[in-house]
Formats: sequence, structure tokens, C-alpha cells
Amino acid sequence: MNLTDIKPERAPRSSSLRRQREQKIGFGLLTLAAIVTVTPIILVVVYVVIQGLPAISWEFVSAMPRDGMTAGGIFPAVVGTFWLTLGTAAVAVPIGTAAAIYLSEYAPDNAWTRTIRIAIINLAGIPSVVYGLFGLGLFVLFLNLGTSLIAGSLTLSIMTLPVIISTAEEAMRSVPNSYRVVSISLGATRWQTIKRIVLPQALPGILTGVILGLERAAGETAPILFTVAAFFLPRLPQSIFDSSMALPYHLFVISTQVPGMPVTIQYGTALVLLTFVLVMNLIAASIRSRARARRLW
Amino acid sequence: MVKDRQMILGNMPEETTSADKPLHVDNPVISIENLSVVYSDGKESLIDITLEIPANRICVLFGPAGGGKSTLLRTLNRLNDLADVDKLAGHVWFDGMDLLDPEIDTISLRRRIGIVFARPVVLPMTIRQNLTYGLEIEGVHKRAVLDEAVERSLESAALWDEVKDRLDDSAAALSGGQQQRLCLARVLALEPEVILLDEPTSGLDPISTGKVEESLQQLKKSYSIILVPHSVQQAARTADLAAFFLEGRLVESAFGKALFTKPRLDQTRDYVEGRFG
Repeated sequence: MNLTDIKPERAPRSSSLRRQREQKIGFGLLTLAAIVTVTPIILVVVYVVIQGLPAISWEFVSAMPRDGMTAGGIFPAVVGTFWLTLGTAAVAVPIGTAAAIYLSEYAPDNAWTRTIRIAIINLAGIPSVVYGLFGLGLFVLFLNLGTSLIAGSLTLSIMTLPVIISTAEEAMRSVPNSYRVVSISLGATRWQTIKRIVLPQALPGILTGVILGLERAAGETAPILFTVAAFFLPRLPQSIFDSSMALPYHLFVISTQVPGMPVTIQYGTALVLLTFVLVMNLIAASIRSRARARRLW
Repeated sequence: MVKDRQMILGNMPEETTSADKPLHVDNPVISIENLSVVYSDGKESLIDITLEIPANRICVLFGPAGGGKSTLLRTLNRLNDLADVDKLAGHVWFDGMDLLDPEIDTISLRRRIGIVFARPVVLPMTIRQNLTYGLEIEGVHKRAVLDEAVERSLESAALWDEVKDRLDDSAAALSGGQQQRLCLARVLALEPEVILLDEPTSGLDPISTGKVEESLQQLKKSYSIILVPHSVQQAARTADLAAFFLEGRLVESAFGKALFTKPRLDQTRDYVEGRFG
């Protein structure tokens, strides 16, 4: 609904003109704020597209890098980021959803659960490089997984969990409680109620959180820096214990570490990463809007 | 046996009894003995209720809001387990078990004592799925059995003719009155022994209300019904046994319409005649 569509129902009184002027000024300021917010996003996208588009070709995304990465493609980095995202999903989605079910449906409201919630909120605020260091200490060195896809996925999972848990819990909490009472009153157990009523209703919200979390994981550089990423590795990972190239780290490397790097390749890589993330975002948005249209409450 | 009971009930003298002298019911389906319930927020509670619920009758619990009627219903099928109950005392006997016993199987109990709430809450699924939900969670998956339950329960709730051609449509598309009858049918699909109705017609128009009341008269042939009515008029229209609740106490109870024509206590008369509440 547009604010300007609202018209006074009765004839304007003396103060009405002043109030309308106030409304116009207020509306103008709000529009300005919106424009200021959106402009940088549009500029970033447009700039990356203009700079990177010439590099994009089928060969660019499907070939190995050549000549010290100054030519050829970025295929291993694309594959690496794909596997990392998938690995993160495999770990973070089941654990995150289960934790959210516990917090929303089972946990009593006491000091213990409040502590868990505060911890989750704080985890979401930890800088990603700290996760990277933690992953290096725990997964790479202590658990002796080496710099590998699995160490990277686990590190990214820990970083993603808070986002997934809090959105999933929120989605489940917004399912009306009356559904639960009715289900229980018909002889369902708590778990049957969760499985048949709460989860299906909360699914779009949960999926949105999952995709937003994974999209952050896909784009992060710091957590994979110490745990998985290879500077230059012109072959595909053969198992989850292999290290791999990944798009964000590759972008960092070719932008800062390689002299004489063609700018189009840098921006081409950025464009591929941006597209990857934007597509995930679009999927999340479409799930959300489709669910909203279907929702009965 | 059943005939005997009906004869006895039919000839029951129309006398009223207060809480200190409990009304005697032959072969009650539920016997409530000195039941006290206190919620931890101290909001609504029940104090020392003794009441016998007759089988195959409509037992009406009425009185002003906050009197403990809903608390009693929620105690009977253990929905109070979901609430914060501070104190629970007394006994509620049903088929040889004490419903207050924390060890009883509440899952099967809730199948045998069904409840319909004031606000119709249809589950976010189709009409058919709403009706088969209770059976399916119990492991009944045979299509024929489920179809039979759907038709039978909708017939009993006087809804079959209105929805038989759109069983696979969303239940949320039904009108308020239809939704409430669907909620009733959903309970009937489980073939319970006792049906608890908590102001089932409070949100309905007079025509829908009439339909629900009409189905109740049919249903009491096969089920024992405990009804919290939404008005004194409805209480008087439907009661085979009426119990007047005030501030957590059972003030007075009587068979038939006696409580509405010649109440024994002033409090009851004042409420029935509309002086308060």
C-alpha cells in the first residue's frame, strides 16, 4: 500500500493542509533513506557485472586455471564452494533444526534455556576470522582432519548454526499454539504434533533461515582461510579429506597475491560468487512469498 | 441395564442439591470427588468439587466467567498437563481409573474423552485430513476405515450434506459455524465415550447454534456429553443435569430444568434470573 493513496475522508479543515505538508515531508525523508540504502547495493552489482561480464564464458566456469591463474577458468573454486556449501548444509541443517525444535517445543523457560539463547545470539556476533582460528585449532590440528573440505564445512557449520537455530525457532514459535492444543487433545503425542503440524507449518521459515545461513557460509573467506582453502590447486578434491580451492578465497588470492592479474578475471570471479549468493537469496525469497500466500493464519 | 438407567433418570424427582449434599447419579460415567485445582498464577481454580456425570445425558456446567467450568473440562481429559498447575487434589473416577493419577495413559484417555473448544480451530489441512488426523496418528491407515469415519462423523455433526463434495478442500475455507461442526466431527471420528464441549456455540449465529444443539440431542444417545453453554438460555434448553459454578465452587446441581425453574439457593436464582453474570 502506498502512503499517498490515503486520502482524507472529509473536506480538509484548517489544520489539514499543515498536516498534509508534514506528511509530504515525512514521506520524502523516508523515500530518501530508502534510496540511500538501495543505491550502494545497485552500484556494487552493476559495477561487478560491467567489469566481470567480459570474462564470463563457459570455459571460465568449467576450466582449470592456467598460467599462474592469469588465464583459464575457476572451475576448482566453483566446485570447492559447491561442496563446502553442501557439507555445511549436511552438518548445520539437522543439528540446527533439532536445536530449534528443542528450544521452541521442549525447553522449559528457565535460567538454563535463557543461557542457551544468549549464547546463540552472541555466537552470531562473533567475527568470522575467530571461527576460522577456532576451526584451525579444533578440526585441523586437534582432531587432525588437516586442511580439508570436512574441516572447512564443520567450521562454516558452527558459524551458520546460530542463524539457522534462531530463524527456525522463530518460525516454529509463530505457529499458533491452538494447533498444538488441538492436536494433543486428539490424542497426539508431543512429537507427533511437532512432526505433523509444527514442522510443516514452520518449514518455509526454516528453509529461509537455512538458505540465508548457507549463503553467508558460501561467501565467507576467513573461516576457510585456515581450514580448507588451497592457494592454487588445479585439480578437483577427491574426498572430504582433501583441501580445495573456494570462490571467496580465490578472489582474495587473485586480487592481492598475484601480480599482473587481469582485472576481468577478478571481477568475473566476483560475479560468479555474487550470482551464486543472489540465486540462493532469490530461492529463499520465493519460498517465503509462496508460503505466505498459502498460509492459513 | 441401559434401559434401567434411563427409566430411573426419567423418573428422577426434580429436586435440587447443593454441594454439601451431592446429587446421586446411578452408574455415572465420571465421578468427581472433592476435586481441587489451583493454577500457579492463581487465576482460575476449582475448590472441592463433587459431582457425578450421568451416562448418555447432557450435563451442563454453567455460571459466570472464571467460575472454573473450563478448568474442570481441561482436568477431565488432562489438557491441564499443558498448563502450570500448582495443586491438584481429590479423585476423578472414569472406568476404574483415577484421571488425576500422573501415571495414566493420557494419549488413549484423550481419545476416550474428547473436547471441543470455544473457538473453532481447524488444523491447517483439508477437511478430510482434519477428520482422519486423530485416527492416523493412532496408526489407522486403511482407506475404507478412514472414509467410513469421515462420513459417519460428518453425518453426526450435521455437516455431511454441506461438505461431502469438497472433502479435499482446505478446512479453513469453511464458515465459522461449519468449522465448529467440523471440530465436533473431528472428535466424533475417534468414537469417544465422553464429549466435553466448552462453549461450542459462542461464536456462532443462531441458526448454526440450533444445528449444533440439535446434533447434541442426537449424540447423547451414543455419547455422554458435558457442555459448558454460552448462555443461561442454552443451559436451560439443553440440560438433563445442570450444575451451577461460582468462583470455583459448585453451588448447586439438579436434574432436568429444576435449577432454572425453582433454584434452591439465592445465588443460583439471581444468576438464572439475570441479576448478575
